[in-house]
Amino acid sequence: MSATTEPRITDIGPPHYEKYLHPLIKKNYGQWKYHENLAPGVYCHVAESGDRIYTVRAGTPRLLSVQTLRIFADLADKYSGGYLRFTSRNNLEFLLDDPVRIEPLKQELIALGYPVGGTNNAISNIVHTQGWIHCHSSATDASGLVKCTMDALYERFTHEDLPAKLRIAVACCLNMCGAVHCSDIAILGVHRLPPKIQPTLPRVCEVPTLIAACPTGAIRPAVVDGKHSVTVVEQQCMYCGNCYTVCSAMPMNDADNDGLSIWVGGKVSNARSAPTFSKLAIPFLPNNPPRWPEVVEAIVKIVDVYAKHARKYERVGEWIERIGWPRFFQLTGFEFTRYHIDDFKHAALTYARSAHVRY
Amino acid sequence: MPDHKPKTELLDELEKGPWPSFVKEIKSAGQTSASAQDLLRQLELSYQEKKGHWKHGGLVGVLGYGGGVIGRYSDVGEQFPNVAHFHTIRVNQPAGWFYTSDAIRTLCDIWERHGSGLTNMHGSTGDIILLGTRTPELEPTFQELAQAGFDLGGSGSSFRTPSCCVGMARCEWACYDAMRLCYDLTMAYQDEMHRPPFPYKFKLKCAACPNDCVAAIARSDLSIIGTWKDEIQVDESAVTEYASAGLNIQKDVCDLCPTKCMAWDGHKLGIENHECVRCMHCINVMPKALRPGKGRGAVLMIGGKAPIMQGALLSSVLVPFVAADELLDTVKELLRRIWDFWDEYGNNRERVGELIQRVGLPAFLDGIGLDPIPEMVSAPRDNPYIFYQAAKDGAK
Repeated sequence: MSATTEPRITDIGPPHYEKYLHPLIKKNYGQWKYHENLAPGVYCHVAESGDRIYTVRAGTPRLLSVQTLRIFADLADKYSGGYLRFTSRNNLEFLLDDPVRIEPLKQELIALGYPVGGTNNAISNIVHTQGWIHCHSSATDASGLVKCTMDALYERFTHEDLPAKLRIAVACCLNMCGAVHCSDIAILGVHRLPPKIQPTLPRVCEVPTLIAACPTGAIRPAVVDGKHSVTVVEQQCMYCGNCYTVCSAMPMNDADNDGLSIWVGGKVSNARSAPTFSKLAIPFLPNNPPRWPEVVEAIVKIVDVYAKHARKYERVGEWIERIGWPRFFQLTGFEFTRYHIDDFKHAALTYARSAHVRY
Repeated sequence: MPDHKPKTELLDELEKGPWPSFVKEIKSAGQTSASAQDLLRQLELSYQEKKGHWKHGGLVGVLGYGGGVIGRYSDVGEQFPNVAHFHTIRVNQPAGWFYTSDAIRTLCDIWERHGSGLTNMHGSTGDIILLGTRTPELEPTFQELAQAGFDLGGSGSSFRTPSCCVGMARCEWACYDAMRLCYDLTMAYQDEMHRPPFPYKFKLKCAACPNDCVAAIARSDLSIIGTWKDEIQVDESAVTEYASAGLNIQKDVCDLCPTKCMAWDGHKLGIENHECVRCMHCINVMPKALRPGKGRGAVLMIGGKAPIMQGALLSSVLVPFVAADELLDTVKELLRRIWDFWDEYGNNRERVGELIQRVGLPAFLDGIGLDPIPEMVSAPRDNPYIFYQAAKDGAK
């Protein structure tokens, strides 16, 4: 490190949000009265003071270049006084005080290739992870899956015609950096083979940490060629990749065996029913880039069957709860297999423990 | 700058179709960044081979911090030298993800000078993600960000960057000031964020109402979810307006209430507020007519996490209600006690929710000095294997 004359700045935390708030928002902070849905992707929030702020929401790929971010900044200058924000699902929002600017902004966003929508009973943007773009443990690519899935569901983003809101998430491995485990529909990358122990292991990894990293105790100490290393009890491995995160000499990637699983019926909102985990719909689909046709077909199938059969306000999980899982498998045509029955901890809680059977 | 464009037949496929394309974004950054070009080449290889090419780890970072940078190396670095080292920088986002155009441009200018020019807006935990740079660029990037008023977020076994919903900035349902609480807690724990002190990561999310737009219950160790204690505010004339506009209040509101605490006689909406569980359904359906009560605050929940290691958990109730103006102090006191207990008893890489699973919620409550209350469970135990505490209970 070279000596510097400037004192270093550390631990200042993020910028205070107030300096980024639209004057109308600052004025009416905490004083909002109600909102109206003007069109898919367009909200109007009305304050106690009578002030109105208009929000225009657009989908983004989340992975954004500085060039595109500058285009968003220019749009904000042109239409919303320079104020913009992002949502928890990677949508872009412009905050306008003048409703006359809504339509020109929408048209410009659409012309630039950013769809306006994602509100209420539309499918919002897909929360997702890094995948092959930047992750060490990914079993698949997240951005590519999102792109081809949203291409197929584009009209569901720009229209609010589903029975309720529908949230999709993609995670490229079991770490699930994204609320995949509580989504209406989740696409989850899976490995299906145990890690392959590399001869470099004793040199690059801390063996006790590695052993402790295994949730099922499948990694055991072993002496290999006179050096401390490990073995894997393969029947005990459930392919979580935790070992690879702490030890790079335990790679999991396997082109022929990695793939996707599909999960349904989770939610985080407390509206009506309690928050709940997503459940397994399809245990394995092949990794088939660049367009993953098997995955896209399955997702579109679930959305279409849900849209046709669910009642108004029913989220995917609430709909399945009402009709029962046997009917879900019947309607979707998905095969029910041994993999659908939990055999990990607390598995018995998911067994049918009543004589309530639908015929 | 290499003058030939990467050949990416598979990825080019993903420039087609109506949804905005991440491939276009990488190509766009590639106009001025050799690393973005090599990223595209390596990604094309991943698409051909159906496997990733990144290695985790390595101790990289900025001076004096133990987090905020994720070390990333290519396992085909000789083939793609511009991404041989391709580290991620996590930058703490402004609460609620609000920006001005100038702030966005400032971030872009810094990142264009020092990295790939690619970002995630935003990462799963909430940070601004600056995707890909080399070790020597880390410290200069950090100091330029700091000069511009930005700081790094958390990584590793640290207090991870807290995040929050839009809250009072643009939502009539906010039951407490989520952006302010998020900011205040972020500022209070800069040390815990930047110098990882814990057995494993600790996440905190502020959702201002039970709709939970930041997935706090699923994705944070401490989930602060807004709610209210008193009666739902009803504007009767607005209820009538909804009814005359065609809303079927019986079917779409009353029948879907989880506790059936609402009754509609065609003229008046009656609510048994003591039976209401504050689920938000009726308010979501009739935002002009119904609003959360005035006695607002939050429920504090503990233990939410994704599957690694012992399985996914949703947060569960720790404190059923804290008034909005007492939230900051109460949360700080609770965090002190929770972190003390976790420091003492947590295993390496054991989230606090998993520690509670291992030792049991009663032992955890003893440890942090909270009394057990029925709000904490969906039902009392149904198994008779009770570990009676003979001495305490006076059994002989």
